[in-house]
Formats: sequence, structure tokens, C-alpha cells
Amino acid sequence: MTTVSLSPLDLGAAGLLLAVEAGLSLVCNLGLHRLVLIAVTRMVIQLLLIGYVLRLIFSLASPALLLLAIGLMTLVAAREVAARSERQLRRQGNLMVGLASVTSATVTTTLLALTTAIRPHPWWSPQYAIPLVGIVLGSVLNAASLSLDHVLETVTRDRVAIETQLALGVGYRQATGPLLRAALRRGMLPIVNQMSAAGLITLPGIMTGQILAGLDPVQAVKYQILLMLLLAGSSVFASGLTAMLALRRLTDGRQRLRLDRLILATAPTVATAIASMRADWRRRLQR
Amino acid sequence: MPRLQLIALRSPRAGPFDLSLEPGECLAVTGPSGAGKSLMLRMIADLDPHDGEALLDGRPRAAMPAPDWRRRVVYGASESGWWLDQVGAHFKTPPVEAATALGLPQDIFARPVASCSTGERQRLALLRVLALDAPVLLLDEPTGALDPEAVLRAEDLLRQRLAAGTSILMVTHDPAQANRVGTACAVLEGGRLQVATLTR
Repeated sequence: MTTVSLSPLDLGAAGLLLAVEAGLSLVCNLGLHRLVLIAVTRMVIQLLLIGYVLRLIFSLASPALLLLAIGLMTLVAAREVAARSERQLRRQGNLMVGLASVTSATVTTTLLALTTAIRPHPWWSPQYAIPLVGIVLGSVLNAASLSLDHVLETVTRDRVAIETQLALGVGYRQATGPLLRAALRRGMLPIVNQMSAAGLITLPGIMTGQILAGLDPVQAVKYQILLMLLLAGSSVFASGLTAMLALRRLTDGRQRLRLDRLILATAPTVATAIASMRADWRRRLQR
Repeated sequence: MPRLQLIALRSPRAGPFDLSLEPGECLAVTGPSGAGKSLMLRMIADLDPHDGEALLDGRPRAAMPAPDWRRRVVYGASESGWWLDQVGAHFKTPPVEAATALGLPQDIFARPVASCSTGERQRLALLRVLALDAPVLLLDEPTGALDPEAVLRAEDLLRQRLAAGTSILMVTHDPAQANRVGTACAVLEGGRLQVATLTR
């Protein structure tokens, strides 16, 4: 395969349009040039940095380093899932639910892809594992955060309907069944949209990138199909598991609806989340 | 052996409550708003975390799965919940006869819930509770939104159940209703139940 290599000059040419726009903003006093400049600079620095970090990880080919990188990516994704909702489950519940569902959906999907369809040597080769984990994480993050947000918002709204059923002797699982299904559907929407639009309305990014880099379109399409299937599978997994785990945290041994375990609060930062998890474990160890 | 027995049922916000209810007995509970009447009923139905024990015919609640308990000790909240579009979908078999006795129109079970008035919904919620044929009913202002005639029809229905041996714990704001339906009366004030006398 022939790859098209880009020089800094090529990239500069692509930015020409933006430069003209920034100039216009300066002349017409639109005040947009600063915003655009900051965004462009951030994007370039972030991407260059990750490019060099990836090059390092690929060349070292160390399983420990790979695990560390994947662990970090997963932790950040879990925090994003936790932060999306205005409502928070007590005792870092959002983060715990996010971590559990993001990790299991991503690990399962990536392992399946690496051991069946892609099969690099060694099977954990960072050059394949990291981009795969990245793209799967992106879609899992979407699915899990939508699903969690739906559960936490709807359960508050539907409280009377759910508690009426409980009071009539209906089990918690049955009373919250419609909510679980709605959350699962909500989490799947982005990937369903993406799949139905693929090729007709949009050319998916991965495929476009590969075609631009010189790969045969049909080969690129096959890769895209593989990825779409993986992303769809992981989305269903993540949104279902997220809704189940969140609903489980909202009940107890007597099948009550425990909305007292839900608070309106700002999302935790990674630092405070880790601090509170450590405090939690220390308490458990002391017991 | 009492039908329902409460032993030191309490939460930080209400109680402790101790009482026993015989078959066919109706305890009417009155008291100011915010005194904890609904909290007491929710505790008995095991819908909120709390301490203490409740027994049904001598069987401890803790020995029963929560849904089994709630199917026998049924709580009818003052605000009724609906989770499907159609009225009839909330019933196994629509209790047409009882609905007529409550003055509801014949076609009500085929209508969407959204088209029913507050009073119609309250009567439907009562029918839904009665349909379970539970030995104990916990009713929170079951006739609060009804016109005087509908109130009397609902009370007739409740008295029939009492005569058949059902035990009822009823929260009401109307002392006259307590006299009409209750076999005993109590006032809930400051989180405690004080036995009161009926003025018959």
C-alpha cells in the first residue's frame, strides 16, 4: 500500500482558509480570531503530542506500558460517563457504574477483534490494540453516558408510577423494566444513526482516512464494516450494562426505590474521585 | 392473633409506631399535614428504609419477600401512578361492577389515562387496590378528590370489604369520614399515634 506522506507545508496550506477567516475577523472586528486560534493551537499540540507518545509506545512494545495507556484511557472515559449526568449516585456511583461498563464493554470487544478478525503478532501489539481501544472507547462512552443519563433523569420523573407498582406488589425489576429498555435504546441511538447513514449521507472517518492515505476503497470499506460491527456490539453491551448497574444501585434488598441515593451535584474530578475511592477502601479494610 | 401487628416501627422522621389491627377492623388516622401519616403507611408497606418489625397473621415481614408482603398489605398512595396509556391495561380484569358502584362510566377502562379527571383517577386507583383482594389495606386519603356523593359510594365499598374481614388503616382529613367508616380512631401528632375516641 502506498501511503501519502504529508509535509508541514501541506498542513499549512490546509490551514490557509482558516488564516483568511482569522484575518477577516480582525478586520471586521468579529472577535472570533482568538477563539479559533486557541482551538487550532490546542488541536495541533494535542495531536502532535499523542502522535509522539504513540510512536514511543509502539517502538517500546512493552505490555506494561500498553496496559498503563489503556488503563488511563479507560479511566478518563469512565469519568466522562460519570460527569455527563446532572444527577449523581451517592458514593461515586456514577463513576463506579461508568468504570464497570466501559471497562467490560471495551475489553470484551477489543479482545474479540484482536483474536479473531485482526490477529496481529503478537496479539496485543500496541499498534493495533491502542487505536482499536480508542475507537471502541469513543462509542462506548457515547452509549454509556446517554444510557446513564436517561436512567437517572427518568427514574426521578417516573417515581410515582414506579412506586405505585411496587406498592401493588410488582417486583422492582418488572416495575423498572420499561425504563431499562428505554435507556438501552437511548444508548444505541448514535451507533444506529451512524450505521444507517454510513455510505449514503456520510463517509465514515476511518474509511475516508484510509482512502485518502491510498488504500483501495473496497479494502477500506471492509475495515469500516468490521469497525462498525465492533462499535455496535460494544454500544449495546455498554448501554445495557450501564442501565442495569445504575438501576441496581437505586434499589435494596427489600426491592424499594431508593431515590435517596441520588443527588443533584457537580461531577467529581478524577482527583477527588480517586481520593474518595481510597478513603472508601481504607474504611473497608479497617472493618 | 391480630391480622396486622406493628412493633416499634420507626424512622428518623416518624414513629415509633406500635399497633395491632384485627380482621374487619378499620383504624382511621387523622392529624395535621406533615405529621408523618403517609410516612407511617409507607413504612408499613416497606417502601422506605426504617427499623422495627411488622407481622401479618403472626408472620414476620422480614421472612417474606418484599413484593409478597406488599401484595398482602397494599398501600394506596394519595397520588396515583399510571405507567401505561390505557386505563384498562392497569387491571388484570377490569372490575366493571365495582366501577359502576363507584359511579364511573361504563367505557372508562377503554379510555386513555390522560383523559380521566383527578376524581376518576382516584376512584380507579382505589379499584386497582381493591382488585388485589388483600387482607390489609393502607389507604392514604382515598376519597380526597371526590364529590360528596362519590365519597359515600366509596365508603360503601370499603364497608363491604370490612364486613368481609379485610383490615383497613385509613388516613383521612375528615373527622366525619373517620366516624362513618372507622371502627377505631387515632390522631398522629409529633410523630406519635394517640388513641382517640369516635364521636358516635
